[in-house]
Amino acid sequence: MAKSPEQEHPQEALGWAARDPSGLLSPFKFSRRATGEKDVKFKVLFCGICHSDLHSLRNEWGFSTYPLVPGHEVVGEVVEVGSKVEKFKVGDKVGVGCLVGSCGSCDSCYVHLENYCPKMIQTYGSIYHDGTMTYGGYSNMMVVDEHFAIKFPQNMPLDAGAPLLCAGITVYSPMRFFGLDRPGTHLGVVGLGGLGHVAVKFAKAMGVKVTVISSSPRKREEALQRHGADAFLVSSDINQVQAAMGTMDGIIDTVSAVHPMLPLIGLLKHNGKLILVGAPDRPLELPVFPLLMGRKIVAGSCIGGIKETQEMIDFAAKHKVAADIEVISIDYLNTAVDRLAKGDVKYRFVIDIGNTLK
Amino acid sequence: MAKSPDQEHPHKAFGWAARDKSGLLSPFHFSRRENGDEDVTIKILFCGVCHSDLHIAKNEWGFTNYPIVPGHEIVGTVMNVGSNVKKFKVGERVGVGVLVGSCKKCENCQQDLENYCPQPIFTYNSHYTDGTKTYGGYSDTIVVDERYVLRFPDNLPSEGGAPLLCAGITVYSPMKYYGMTEPGKHLGVAGLGGLGHVAVKMGKAFGLKVTVISSSPKKEAEAIEKLGADSFLLTSDPTKMKAALGTMDYIIDTVSAVHPLLPLLSLLKLNGKLVTVGLPDKPLELPIFPLVLGRKLVGGSDVGGMKETQEMLDFCAKHGITADVEVIQMDYINTAMERLAKSDVRYRFVIDVASSLSQ
Repeated sequence: MAKSPEQEHPQEALGWAARDPSGLLSPFKFSRRATGEKDVKFKVLFCGICHSDLHSLRNEWGFSTYPLVPGHEVVGEVVEVGSKVEKFKVGDKVGVGCLVGSCGSCDSCYVHLENYCPKMIQTYGSIYHDGTMTYGGYSNMMVVDEHFAIKFPQNMPLDAGAPLLCAGITVYSPMRFFGLDRPGTHLGVVGLGGLGHVAVKFAKAMGVKVTVISSSPRKREEALQRHGADAFLVSSDINQVQAAMGTMDGIIDTVSAVHPMLPLIGLLKHNGKLILVGAPDRPLELPVFPLLMGRKIVAGSCIGGIKETQEMIDFAAKHKVAADIEVISIDYLNTAVDRLAKGDVKYRFVIDIGNTLK
Repeated sequence: MAKSPDQEHPHKAFGWAARDKSGLLSPFHFSRRENGDEDVTIKILFCGVCHSDLHIAKNEWGFTNYPIVPGHEIVGTVMNVGSNVKKFKVGERVGVGVLVGSCKKCENCQQDLENYCPQPIFTYNSHYTDGTKTYGGYSDTIVVDERYVLRFPDNLPSEGGAPLLCAGITVYSPMKYYGMTEPGKHLGVAGLGGLGHVAVKMGKAFGLKVTVISSSPKKEAEAIEKLGADSFLLTSDPTKMKAALGTMDYIIDTVSAVHPLLPLLSLLKLNGKLVTVGLPDKPLELPIFPLVLGRKLVGGSDVGGMKETQEMLDFCAKHGITADVEVIQMDYINTAMERLAKSDVRYRFVIDVASSLSQ
């Protein structure tokens, strides 16, 4: 008979879990594996609430298993290291993002692209090498293979830095890979939420001109004044879109709802690139003529490898890029999830685990 | 009152035109402009029948301006050159493709990307700088600005070389631009028609492993034995499709009908590129998860600039690449169009214009 979550591992842990697709979270006692020789054990201090957590909680992608402890923007302090751990010591500040394991031997893993490993193990909702379920950062403690732990720089705030572990790398990686990071480039950012606002900040740090493309006119002031975007255009305003046609080298599209691609393709210059990092659950309509006539591309990107995630955090620390957050106590969690579903957050909730999950 | 087609210019010309969206072609008297300082007058020998000719003859894309004389895969000999013409002399064999003009001033034109000029002048169904309509290669002569004329390499046959002027450059350009030329890599070619069969030959010349991806089982033998493809993948065979998942570095998609992209995207490896050069008349459904989970891309490409078209012709001459053609007389054209609509051609019709059009 399978052991209960509380009994399957030797170290006690406490978290909040959803038990069914209502997604309602409540206290959950479970356990973490013994700290292996390559493992790092840390006390969780903060955890960001990612929109993916919401999708998973409510089984919107259809592959959730319950009980589910979400959270893949986790920051904490190391309390124990295994005998072969080299990168961390007790007291270090550490982060864990979307991945806690991969095969280690495929073409993707060899080039530090664990995020594209066909056997990647996600921080929550996956089966680990030992056959047990992974539970995420809405919990008081985690044990992680040091390879998948990110060193948090001294000057990176723990709470505002946590969302970078998913939102940050999700936009940073394609900006680098698709060459949209060079000074003088004109980048469009579609959607001004958790991902979008961080994309604007990274872009400004890279010397890139940024136009925010949003369906909400009320986000204009925030985009320009608060985040430093160079311009703002309302996607449903034909005149504004028309005036900006053919002006952007690239667009990072963070919107995960189904939306029209034709205007976005039109905004691109020749050879322009539309990069999708939101994943709508239904196909989008791809108009082929404009793609051909401008030699444009539509591509996707999915988080980033561990090495690149470390590079991203270091870059963010150097350029003082961090997320705009609303810190909440663990008791506020369900309310926060409801507000997130309505887009009512500027721009990421971060759970103060260290002080409120006891 | 606007002059009639046979009076608007000083030199009589004769071709076949479509007058309405039935797409049926019939004899048509018109005229060609005076040979200007930069122009070359060409006696047309052969003209390829491109699928775009069919789309436009029937107004399937909605922008046909009748009457039209199609044809943008033209091979002929120079009969006259203007006083400023430097690249060509009388008697030389030349080609004309999809473009006969562009603005010459924009960034694209200045970078030899006339095909991406926002003001392109197409070989037919466009308006020239003098305001008159352009008529294409299903005709006996054409007058073209030398910038848009290609030198035909000596060892490239006219009949087999004509289709390269559209089909050839349409696949060559994206193969170069998207880096689909690394020897040893695996190229998928979706659709085995005019474009697809040339893509297979070019892929082999680049040293790639080539798999033809098709919905027609009867094309397998040809693909492997005649065109030199390394393998053939039938899209309706789920076992074979499953075995081929994640095996291709790139795919050139030449299919012009609406078709599902998901099966093609699934065939690509991580960072794989699906480049579409066919022009369906409706948008395609693009599933996003496979793009995101495999960092894959879908890109477009539209013929090529003049410099690159010349480079492509020279490349084909060097590697012995020509289109597989069925040569026809002009009065067979309507039957040929019907057969083309059913993909009943291996793999391009080419009109023997010189022998079938008499003055």
